[in-house]
Amino acid sequence: MDDIPKSAATYPPGHPTQADIDAEIADIRKNKPTSSDPNWGDHRTLIDYPPYRSSILRHPSANLELVDPETIELASPAFGHRDVHWTEYDLTTQVNGEPQGERIIVTGRVTDADGRPAANQLVEIWQANAGGRYRQKKERHPAPLDPNFNGVGRVITNDQGEYKFVSIKPGAYPWPNHENAWRPAHIHFSVFGNEFTERMVTQMYFPGDQLMPLDPIFQSITSPIGQKSLIAKYDHDVTVPNWALGYRWDIVLNGRNRTWFSSVDGPEEDE
Amino acid sequence: MSTAKASAPKLFPTADQTVGPYYAIGMAFDGSEEIVPAGSAGSIVLSGYVYDGNGDPVPDAVVEIWQTDAEGHVPAVSGSIVRKADSFSGFGRSGSDEEGHYEFTTVLPAPTEPGKPAFFAVIVFARGLLARLHTRIYVPGPELENSEFLGRLTPERRATLIATEVPGGLRHDIHLQGEKETVFLAFN
Repeated sequence: MDDIPKSAATYPPGHPTQADIDAEIADIRKNKPTSSDPNWGDHRTLIDYPPYRSSILRHPSANLELVDPETIELASPAFGHRDVHWTEYDLTTQVNGEPQGERIIVTGRVTDADGRPAANQLVEIWQANAGGRYRQKKERHPAPLDPNFNGVGRVITNDQGEYKFVSIKPGAYPWPNHENAWRPAHIHFSVFGNEFTERMVTQMYFPGDQLMPLDPIFQSITSPIGQKSLIAKYDHDVTVPNWALGYRWDIVLNGRNRTWFSSVDGPEEDE
Repeated sequence: MSTAKASAPKLFPTADQTVGPYYAIGMAFDGSEEIVPAGSAGSIVLSGYVYDGNGDPVPDAVVEIWQTDAEGHVPAVSGSIVRKADSFSGFGRSGSDEEGHYEFTTVLPAPTEPGKPAFFAVIVFARGLLARLHTRIYVPGPELENSEFLGRLTPERRATLIATEVPGGLRHDIHLQGEKETVFLAFN
């Protein structure tokens, strides 16, 4: 037990601790009710979220300018099977051998807020390997790279807007936001809808991850229903016997009226 | 009785999250910045820098543009990842470099309706930016005066949406925050 290091990182003096970040997260939850942000409406990601230190200088201070979308913005780039090879859905077969880790299937449907499918559209994902290491030269986490895992996948959704990936469950990942900061396991998703207004990048999380309450990126959505929109459901019907665990995650794109979106779980109001 | 009750229930939208520091793993591909081949007839370079609230370059931003062809038609063809020489897909993606620089080779967009000003539809993602930002880059010209939207902005704010003509194309910087903060959009 004496061999376990106290820390594999060094922090500058005054670097915030997890307790500091926890207090900031709690403070914002208390003082910023979920529907108070004029830029983002109910349950939306707060872009001015100081517990995530990198956001401080990278969010606009002015309100978003409300504008009627024009013809080009009401259309979306077209992607096709020319752009994405059908094998790119499987992140476990892109190199010669099998990657290490827990094999998973992630599937779901991409729609707009009215349930219309984002059909034949591009979904891109990227993620860390089972040890929480990204395949990128700037990455400094001393976890092993997996020679058989690149951590990148792409698909074109079908006519119903459905996508499916086969991958490895990503590991938690340490990052320098504060002392002993760990990102919960997540998969990055980049999604196109039927309009360019709906184009979105987000992250999918796994149910039951104990790091979610501690993570300032996940906590930048302050409402439980907003947070829930990012957590996949374990689905035993997707699980394949003797082969892989299944998760389902539907993605709902919202391009217009983002500013004024009102709660679906909140009390109904008559006009 | 509200109209919301009469129509089908809306689905709860999925929230945005930051693109993070390693977006290049999943989003970079060869030719993403060349909507048309460099040096081809009619091609221009659209380029600029992305800055943070201190005026420092943002080296890990992603700028995406979506535009009409040179005749004002909205493209509806694949080929944004695997480019085709004989068709125009209208979509490009540029990850900023260590100096915050982004760059596209493309053609000038044209108005989709006569008399309207032409623009590039733009989305910005970055590490540290928790949700996407929509904006526009307008092509300079007399049609800008016809825009009701541009007309209601202060001259300083309006200027953040209009590109500057430079030899070979257009220059346009994006300021995520600060005195020169770019106008970002929400759609009706």
